[in-house]
Amino acid sequence: MKKLALLVTPLLISMVLLFSNSTEKSDYVVGDQAEDFSLKNVDGKLVSLSDYKNVLGYIVVFTCNHCPYAQLYEQRIMDLHKKYASRGFPLIAINPNSPAVVWEDSYEEMQKRAKAHKYGFPYLFDEDQSVYPRFGATRTPHVFLLDSARVVRYIGAIDDNAESQRDIKHHWVEDAIDAMMRGEQPTPDYTRAVGCTIKKKP
Amino acid sequence: MIFWATDSFSSENLLKRFRNSEYLRFLHCSFNMYSFNAAPMFPYRLRLLLIFLSFLLVHTVAKSQAFTIYDSLPQLQERVKQNGENTTLVINFWATWCKPCVEELPSFDELSRRYAGQNVRVLLISLDFKSKLKTGFIPFLQTHKLKSEVILFADQDANTWIPSIHEAWDGAIPATIVLRGSTKMFHTGKFENYDELETFVQPFLGVIDAPAPESVLSKN
Repeated sequence: MKKLALLVTPLLISMVLLFSNSTEKSDYVVGDQAEDFSLKNVDGKLVSLSDYKNVLGYIVVFTCNHCPYAQLYEQRIMDLHKKYASRGFPLIAINPNSPAVVWEDSYEEMQKRAKAHKYGFPYLFDEDQSVYPRFGATRTPHVFLLDSARVVRYIGAIDDNAESQRDIKHHWVEDAIDAMMRGEQPTPDYTRAVGCTIKKKP
Repeated sequence: MIFWATDSFSSENLLKRFRNSEYLRFLHCSFNMYSFNAAPMFPYRLRLLLIFLSFLLVHTVAKSQAFTIYDSLPQLQERVKQNGENTTLVINFWATWCKPCVEELPSFDELSRRYAGQNVRVLLISLDFKSKLKTGFIPFLQTHKLKSEVILFADQDANTWIPSIHEAWDGAIPATIVLRGSTKMFHTGKFENYDELETFVQPFLGVIDAPAPESVLSKN
């Protein structure tokens, strides 16, 4: 019995280690290739990056209903899609929050908001919260710009002034896309901003 | 600059309160009293001013919560430096619009209460907008009556100041930094209860003269 325990214990430990490694978030950095995902849109259909044909890149935005910062940026997110979708950069919004923590971020509430505000882009629900940790998203709103090969080219904020659009000095996402269209690497390619933490299911 | 969190910043508001107050009756009494005197103690205008000032003082002290506005990172850094090497600073970044932040505020007040006089200071740094001072921030302070030091940090250049607060922080709130001397510890997300917060701060509490444990230095 003791011998068995001696044999089994390291096995168990290594399994736990293996398991914890595989579930650990990967936190993409600029230059990493993002894994494709398949998430449910507010219209009930599944959406993947590979559904898009002939695009130059993707604007992936982790955002949500309830966060006041996400709300401050909602119009700007809609404008980004309007401006860049036709130029080869469609926007894909993903709500990473667990409605068990914030009810306003439930799938039904997402549907209501997308309809009321006439989102022209998919608003996906990361229901099992598996996609946002892979990206390394930590807040809403949080933008990841990918090129056509799904390589991450920019991570960060939309611009440098949440409070007042009039006082924006840097339109980071727009500048980054423009740089990509010129075939250049965006600078900066990483920015920080105030936002709401992502609400993880307890 | 120190501000008082009363709603009586505007003159109309002050006047309204003034008209409805006990002070007016007091004022009337004093007028009646003085009308019998040939030479009042103070000239009329000075008398009015004195009464008004005393009203303002009593009113603000009774109803207010002080807070400081810092517009830029150097001002905040200066405030942090004032504490000296042997004081543990527990800095919490929050905002009135952030639900988990508001929920954990009582834990921070409890920490300041329990460790008052033990070289522990709590700084509650709000990231609320200055433009919503009167409509959001001040009314919040009036209802919540926080006991810890409150700062409104209005530097909008978050991409610059966030990493100078802590390299591991990317701006999501609530976020908490505990520091003493050059030792720092960072936590993102809400503390569920007081015990969780105290456990996190524990390595910095207790014996003040001894340096914090080595393991803390590498922990983010």
